[in-house]
Amino acid sequence: MTVALFAEQLLNGVQFGLMLFLMAAGLTLVFGVMGLINLAHGSLYMVGAFACAAVANFTGSFWLGLGASLAAAAAAGAIVEIVVIRRLYNRDHLDQVLATFALILIFSEGTRWVFGSFPLYLNVPELLSGPVSLPLGVEYPLYRLAIIVIGFAVAIGLYLLIAKTRLGIRIRAGESDRAMIAALGIDIRFLYTVVFALGAGLAGLAGALVGAIQSVQVGMGEPVLILAFVVIVIGGIGSIKGALFGSLLVGLVDTMGRFLLPWTFKLFMDPSQATSIGSALASMLIYILMALVLVAKPKGLFSANA
Amino acid sequence: MLNYSRETILNTVLTLLLLGIPFAALAIDEPFYVTLATRVTIFALAGVGLNFALGLGGLISFGHAAFFGLGGYAVGILASHALNYEPLMSSPFEIEGTTQMVILWGVAMIVSGLAALIIGLFSLRTSGVYFIMITLAFAQMIYYFAISWPAYGGEDGLPIYVRNGFPGVNTLVPINFFMISFGVLMLAILLVAVLRNSRFGAALQAARQNEDRLSAVGIKPFYIRLAAFVISAMITGLAGALFADLNRFVSPSMLSWHTSGEIMVFVILGGVGRLFGPVAGAALFILFEFIFGGLTEHWMFFLGLVLLAVVLFARGGLIGTIAGKVRYD
Repeated sequence: MTVALFAEQLLNGVQFGLMLFLMAAGLTLVFGVMGLINLAHGSLYMVGAFACAAVANFTGSFWLGLGASLAAAAAAGAIVEIVVIRRLYNRDHLDQVLATFALILIFSEGTRWVFGSFPLYLNVPELLSGPVSLPLGVEYPLYRLAIIVIGFAVAIGLYLLIAKTRLGIRIRAGESDRAMIAALGIDIRFLYTVVFALGAGLAGLAGALVGAIQSVQVGMGEPVLILAFVVIVIGGIGSIKGALFGSLLVGLVDTMGRFLLPWTFKLFMDPSQATSIGSALASMLIYILMALVLVAKPKGLFSANA
Repeated sequence: MLNYSRETILNTVLTLLLLGIPFAALAIDEPFYVTLATRVTIFALAGVGLNFALGLGGLISFGHAAFFGLGGYAVGILASHALNYEPLMSSPFEIEGTTQMVILWGVAMIVSGLAALIIGLFSLRTSGVYFIMITLAFAQMIYYFAISWPAYGGEDGLPIYVRNGFPGVNTLVPINFFMISFGVLMLAILLVAVLRNSRFGAALQAARQNEDRLSAVGIKPFYIRLAAFVISAMITGLAGALFADLNRFVSPSMLSWHTSGEIMVFVILGGVGRLFGPVAGAALFILFEFIFGGLTEHWMFFLGLVLLAVVLFARGGLIGTIAGKVRYD
């Protein structure tokens, strides 16, 4: 194992973590402000990826596709919020889980209806293709590096939005006291739609960015959604800071576990067995991490309303 | 009394329908419907398990596929060892595989019960939306383990070449296997009915309604919930064992979160907390799949729409809609 390989896996972990953050940020915001658990968040990720692939294949421009993914996912989010989600805020979590599970069925099967069962392919844009040389002799794909930069930029942007703008003040006020900000004359229904569309747009952006390195297919959002749940359980529901920390932790632990565990087992085991045991254990690692965090802090590391 | 008797009548009608349809199907020589009714029965059993935790205890577990799948894998693994004549383990003492259903059921229930004990110890420390996400995450952990562990088929699943045996019954005859499943379902419903009216059931429902008062009378809600979660998982695990024998195949899809969602759908479509709710829900689900699945390959789309409509507009499920609100008597 060389230093370069180790550094490359580390960067992959950060990249994976930041994409999880784009998903987890929306989920945790929607939960924090509206008290809603949204299983259909993964569907918005898928909508973003499909919109990007369709527009990029049609126009030939990845960048137009990226814009389309944001717009399509945010629009889908706003429509879903107005038609369905709005009726669920005062319901219990069970109703929310079921209704959003129903939305997943509708989104997944609807997408399959429109685009067919075969995965779409989305190429990395010309400008960002090829590797780039980093210190320590690391050759790293430029596109993945760009994803890391975009991920951090979004994280900073989100922080500024919530900490410094009027909209951010309203969102924070909505988190602490819904009835009071409605009484102060703020259109709470509109605010909810905006927050939901914001979260949806971030999920769509993540879907489009990841779509270019994996394939764009129905059901692609669901594994990411469940990882995003793990992230916000670790980070604390409702906390953006927790979501960022949790995402990076989960991204790094998962990537490094898949890389290091088989390698470690090979030191004292026969190689084929080491690979199978190592990878089986690596796939469970983040859930074990989650269990450990729960033992120490049942409300997550950065719980917003502890 | 009116509502009470209406629910009783509905339950009786449901049971008789479920029991009658396979025999009617045999009479008109359509054996396929026997298998369909067996699926309803097994799914209903899985739902009865979840309904115990969800309906009575208010524990919204989104990870019951874990127990369903573990029950299935317990059967698949033991049966495959028995058929290949290789012991499951040889040291320190030898454990042979088996093809006896009754033993397999016991193992399936113990395995899913133990898994529920461990998952419950962690996830019951939390409540509300955390509990939903954590049960989902643990189920997903087992799902990924099953996919990446190659010894028992990994992603491809594990076939059971011959359906396991039951003393004195030829289980390969579909109607016989239906009767076994039906008997198990009725026993499970009876068990839940007895538990519901016991001191334990009262404490469990109290834990859902008012945790603080339960603690104030000196009963720890945590242990009550843990016991309920384990019992619930054991019933669902038993359903998984039967499902493995029905299909003669187990695959990681039994463990997938879609299965958790579906088990929850059976409970909700029928009516949360109703004794026969899962039976009604599973029947509706299979009926819907059968009718719309024949018309369009995109039947899941319409299932989503119907489910959405039920959640938004028809709270209480089928039994709630027909028999009215739950009476606390």
